[in-house]
Amino acid sequence: MSDQLTDQSGKLKSLHIRPLWGKLLIWFGLVAFLIILGLALLRTQQGGMAIGDVLPNLTLTTFDGQTINNNDLTGKVVVVNFWASWCKPCEQEAAELEEAWRYYQSTEKVVFLGIAYVDTEPEARAYLQKYQISYPNGLDLGTRISDDFRISGVPETYIFDRDHVLQFIQIGPFQSLAQLKAVVDTYLGP
Amino acid sequence: MFRLFRGTAIVVFVLTFTSMRVSAQTPPPTVSDDQINAIAEELYCPVCENVPLDVCGTQACEQWRGLIREKLAQGYTKEEIKQYFVDQYGDRVLAAPPAKGFNILVYIVPPLAILAGIYSFYRILITGKKTVEPQQKIAIPSSDQEEFLSLLEEELKNR
Repeated sequence: MSDQLTDQSGKLKSLHIRPLWGKLLIWFGLVAFLIILGLALLRTQQGGMAIGDVLPNLTLTTFDGQTINNNDLTGKVVVVNFWASWCKPCEQEAAELEEAWRYYQSTEKVVFLGIAYVDTEPEARAYLQKYQISYPNGLDLGTRISDDFRISGVPETYIFDRDHVLQFIQIGPFQSLAQLKAVVDTYLGP
Repeated sequence: MFRLFRGTAIVVFVLTFTSMRVSAQTPPPTVSDDQINAIAEELYCPVCENVPLDVCGTQACEQWRGLIREKLAQGYTKEEIKQYFVDQYGDRVLAAPPAKGFNILVYIVPPLAILAGIYSFYRILITGKKTVEPQQKIAIPSSDQEEFLSLLEEELKNR
């Protein structure tokens, strides 16, 4: 769009004015870009799960071919352990986790789930065999489960009560079987 | 005795060369490090952010490279192997994310920003030229000029 003005000498002077829709489009684009950028930044800086959060919807396909989802966990204390075969600290607690699972298995009130984070299947299977781990374990396909839990590394363990409310987070390996059992017993109830 | 010796020698000769032939017919599939790195350089392990898989020294990345070797030996193509890693670990393992969803911004925003920059630079150049060369000389009426000069002289005298 252009307009014309007259200067003091009486000559016509051309004045170029940018159209309103063009300005609006530029501003809209800029604002939309900043909003998207802000949301992405917020998501990355959100931090991990907090006590009181609810168990995210998860679907785990185990190495045995079973599919486990939230419906299978109803009314049970849920222990979710993230590990990897390349993770040395994970090895420190592997035996304790298995022992705890065997201890609670007969009660049918506790479920242990092992999630192999960014792991390769042959190595993950070898790890499970090495530590004779028998509770359900599977690969975190597409890192969807670890993304939902917003984990910061491995090993990490999340313990949910029977209403699937997060009650305990262990960053790093459990120090002993007694420590793990003490936490589970707290939320197991009578 | 000689017959026995000759017979044994023939058997040994035949067995040696036939087994060599068999091994020559089915050589074990060999995968070079260059073949592995050609794929690995286009992948990033989520554990070691910003480090391409071909140069990453962690055990996790070593396992991934081992998996690439295994898949290549099984006859997988480069694209099939990349797709396998995407299926297992998500889009973020790719050095160049696929142009879909929010990822599309990666392909749209930088070229747009460059075009906007070029356009702005062009505008500045054009406007700059216009200001250097005044289009019209505005004539100041002589009476105004005289009045201005007398005011200026008076001001200077007072100092």
